[in-house]
Amino acid sequence: MVLSGAEIVVRCLQEEKVEYVFGYPGGAVLFLYDALFNQDKVKHVLVRHEQAAVHAADGFSRSTSKVGVALVTSGPGATNAVTGIATAYCDSIPMVIISGQVPTAAIGQDAFQEVDTVGITRPCVKHTFLVKDVREVASTIKKAFHIARTGRPGPVLVDIPKDVTMHKCEFEYPEDIVMRSYNPVTKGHQGQIRKAVQLLLEARRPMIYTGGGAILSDAAEQLTRLTRLLGMPITNTLMGLGGYPASDRQYLGMPGMHGTYEANMAMHYSDVLLAIGARFDDRVIGNPDHFAEEPRKIIHLDIDPSSISKRVKVDVPIVGDVREVLEQMIQQIESAPARPNADALESWWKQIDDWRSRDCMKYRNSDEIIKPQFVVQKLWEVTGGDAIITSDVGQHQMWAAQYYRFDKPRRWLNSGGLGTMGVGLPYAMGAQLAHPGAPVACITGEASIQMNIQELSTCKQFRLPIKICNLNNRFLGMVRQWQQLFHGGRYSESYMDSLPDFAKLAESYGHIGLRVDKPGDVEGALREAFARKDDLVFLDFQVDRTENVYPMVQGGKGLTDMILSAEDL
Amino acid sequence: MRHVISLLIENESGALSRVSGLFSARGYNIESLTVAPTEDASMSRMTIVTTGSDDIIEQITKQLNKLVDVIKVVDISESAHIERELMLVKVRATGKDRDEMKRMTDIFRARIIDVTEASYVVELTGNQAKLDAFIGAIGPDLILETVRSGICGIGRGDRVLKI
Repeated sequence: MVLSGAEIVVRCLQEEKVEYVFGYPGGAVLFLYDALFNQDKVKHVLVRHEQAAVHAADGFSRSTSKVGVALVTSGPGATNAVTGIATAYCDSIPMVIISGQVPTAAIGQDAFQEVDTVGITRPCVKHTFLVKDVREVASTIKKAFHIARTGRPGPVLVDIPKDVTMHKCEFEYPEDIVMRSYNPVTKGHQGQIRKAVQLLLEARRPMIYTGGGAILSDAAEQLTRLTRLLGMPITNTLMGLGGYPASDRQYLGMPGMHGTYEANMAMHYSDVLLAIGARFDDRVIGNPDHFAEEPRKIIHLDIDPSSISKRVKVDVPIVGDVREVLEQMIQQIESAPARPNADALESWWKQIDDWRSRDCMKYRNSDEIIKPQFVVQKLWEVTGGDAIITSDVGQHQMWAAQYYRFDKPRRWLNSGGLGTMGVGLPYAMGAQLAHPGAPVACITGEASIQMNIQELSTCKQFRLPIKICNLNNRFLGMVRQWQQLFHGGRYSESYMDSLPDFAKLAESYGHIGLRVDKPGDVEGALREAFARKDDLVFLDFQVDRTENVYPMVQGGKGLTDMILSAEDL
Repeated sequence: MRHVISLLIENESGALSRVSGLFSARGYNIESLTVAPTEDASMSRMTIVTTGSDDIIEQITKQLNKLVDVIKVVDISESAHIERELMLVKVRATGKDRDEMKRMTDIFRARIIDVTEASYVVELTGNQAKLDAFIGAIGPDLILETVRSGICGIGRGDRVLKI
């Protein structure tokens, strides 16, 4: 069948079973939009800013494990998408971004709306393609999806000049793709796994530490089986929350800069550390030299060899897909004659329980003023702990991660690596479209929400009943916290002046807006919001302006050097 | 430590910028980088001379392997290998310098490939040290212009970088 390049793109998306494309039209993609208009299998979600298109596609992917797809025009369309692409790249989210480009003959002529999209995005994508011939459109898109979802996932950009979308050729979607330069390993090396199992079974103070890789590989079930089989403590990083049920006794909470005391102490003083799909990020292990002071054996399981021995020296590297390797590991443990050292584990748990008794997550609640932690706790109660939670970046993000206890994977969507303010609402859009009818809440702050507030309009158009929980402290809270602690309380530009009336703003977009001032009204407001199943409700919680996120490890300090509460200052 | 990394990469537009961009983004050194298509024109072979600790070199190798276009990566300086670089030098060749320059060329087994009344262009192939020695022997006063290709490297004996 002879089709135009634009029709071929849309047919390819259909072949890939893409349900939603998030995008924004423009000159270079007019033929693509025309091709979308003439079919109804792939639905298009019109955002109000290209950054939100990429974030929404990213959120769709995070909540489903499917490849997210965004479509933007050339020039400013592509540059607006860059933050979204970099955000997805830093968290290894599988995505395909299709960008229009000026016609082939105009490339390099400084044409209207021309930028070197492939060049601009190169450092923040897994791969890029510039398609110069209509006969290469189908195979390129096939490759793009393949690269995005396999190995360590990531965003792949396909830049298509306008004339290529116009030209015609025979369409055939390739069944398979063979790339001699790209063959990611999935199965783990049995010998390495054997070494790892032996170390684990001999360990006296073992600790399991898992990150986003366990979520991306959909390995929560295997992870839970392994952890229970071994009876060992486990911590999930910010990107790994929900990988293991947070309400379980073996779970020690999140590690790192704002992690729990028990998780950080157990990480630091473990004698065998099993790292799974995690990368020893500076926000997780603090100062690497301090971390290396305690002797411990490290087993590191990751799909990406370059993540291994990057920041800490690893004793047993295992390259492979987390889920597959965990299956192999469980098999080996089950067939091994040895069992974990029960006596050693008992005294290790005793030590952990002792650390746990510090109750580092306690905070002083108030009858007068709403504490942000209290809102998150109530949200957890009201939603039965089973909502999809998105967040922006800052204090509210940490409180969400600390106080909403995630028992299941893909319920927690946030920008962990790049730390992009403004992702919360578009993430919620993507998640809500992927899970119609499921409760979706966006925990945000008055600063972050304004970075993509225009998407309230998209939410109206597509009837997305998201619940926005704005923890409004009239400060760039995390900036203010650092200024208070490290810059002599000089609050340079961290005050959010001239804020809108968020409830009225939401109403003007056609949504419901509620302002909540008193702690006693928090639960009622949340219940009312979730009872309105068809409406987006914007809850503007006026929270304590001076509340800080604790526990805290200061940047550059050791993991065990923690400020547990304001009293420690 | 100095390392010579050889790699095979798909001969596609943008492939070179992915490699050079990787080095600049991650703060790795490039002493020289050469690239040209192989006997199979769909592939290019690249030789990168870099310096760094063992940890850095390990990361460089891993990061290069991670690039989707890269087919194979080998650190050829890990074992016996040959390095060659080509240099063209334009030198002043007048009066007594003219004979002296011819002698130098013979001593270094270089070749004069262009002659005018006032200058020679000398072609010299060898490892980096030999090329440096030639420049040192002539001295800066007589050198009008130099151009060096950067290092090409290949493993000795049975070691072959091929798909």
